[in-house]
Amino acid sequence: MRIVKNSIAGTLESSDIHVEVSPGTGVEIDVQSTVLTQFGDSIKKTVMDVLREMEVGDVRVFANDRGALDCVIRARLETALLRAAGGDGP
Amino acid sequence: MRRTALFLPGNNPNMLINGGYLGADSIIFDLEDAVSPDEKDAARILIRHALSSLKFEKCEIIVRINSLDTSFWEKDVEEIVPLGPDALMPTKVSDPGCIHKLAAKMDEAEKRGGSTKRVMLIPLIETALGLENSFAIASCHERIAALLLGAEDLTADLRAPRTREGGEIAYARNRLVCAARAAGVDALDTPFPLIDDMEGLRQDALLAKSFGFSGKAVISPRHVNCVNGIFSPSDAEIEYAHQVFEAIETAKKQGKGAISLGGKMIDAPIVERARKVLETAKELQGGRT
Repeated sequence: MRIVKNSIAGTLESSDIHVEVSPGTGVEIDVQSTVLTQFGDSIKKTVMDVLREMEVGDVRVFANDRGALDCVIRARLETALLRAAGGDGP
Repeated sequence: MRRTALFLPGNNPNMLINGGYLGADSIIFDLEDAVSPDEKDAARILIRHALSSLKFEKCEIIVRINSLDTSFWEKDVEEIVPLGPDALMPTKVSDPGCIHKLAAKMDEAEKRGGSTKRVMLIPLIETALGLENSFAIASCHERIAALLLGAEDLTADLRAPRTREGGEIAYARNRLVCAARAAGVDALDTPFPLIDDMEGLRQDALLAKSFGFSGKAVISPRHVNCVNGIFSPSDAEIEYAHQVFEAIETAKKQGKGAISLGGKMIDAPIVERARKVLETAKELQGGRT
């Protein structure tokens, strides 16, 4: 999947995560979280797993986490990536 | 058992995650009115991931999909059905044609997803035409599990004011219960819209029960306990049901043909009602069956 534009998904509400995606060179990931000390590595691993599964190579991901479960992180990142790849709309 | 069906917005992770712990017999993840058009994709993907990774063992899982006159409903079916929710809730169902069109799409999605689970349908009846066709809708397909009355859209269609007392939907309630029972499916009452009016909720739920509804949809977690209580058999109802079966046993031993209890004849409808009360009470003791 090729990232062709900027996109966002998710919210800053409790149990959610706000994800911003933009075109890049290689993979750059920046994570902020209310639980960064405990789960920062786990969140980054989930982001990397989703990027690999969706075959995204060149992308910048900024994620602002509010205690989201793994399934929510996956959902929000997938949404942002599909939007950034110029999908056919909601 | 469907005493309560709790609507939860489909794009709210906090509500989705906690939905199974709010006490409702059914939870309805809403992809329709609770989700803005530019967030339909996000909600659909979120529900897909939630269904594939979270356990909702104590609840029936229903997903309300977008209306068949929108561009969203086909994607809703394609993404959600393979995950095997218990049921989909199509909106503004006006005739059996809507159900056949949707069921054909569900057949495709189940086949493509390799799903062995049969996803049921709980049509939302919320137009005058849908109400008049409600028996035809309820009996048109084996996937139909229940009908839900949607009074807000219905009263708008009828050009009637929506009131706290609900006199304007008395006919609709009668009609929908009769249609559902004749087709052998559950009848679910419309939500009570005034979130903070707990006495109004209680009166509305009691009225719905008196019409014969199986349960009631709710739009606030705060409404769940009240509605669950009203649609559960009371201690007096359970005690009376036991007395009915004890009276039958006694009459058999005494070789009596006619049976009475407290001066009232015990006939087949009373026995059937007592049987249902005890079945429901047993199900409540053992959790969801």
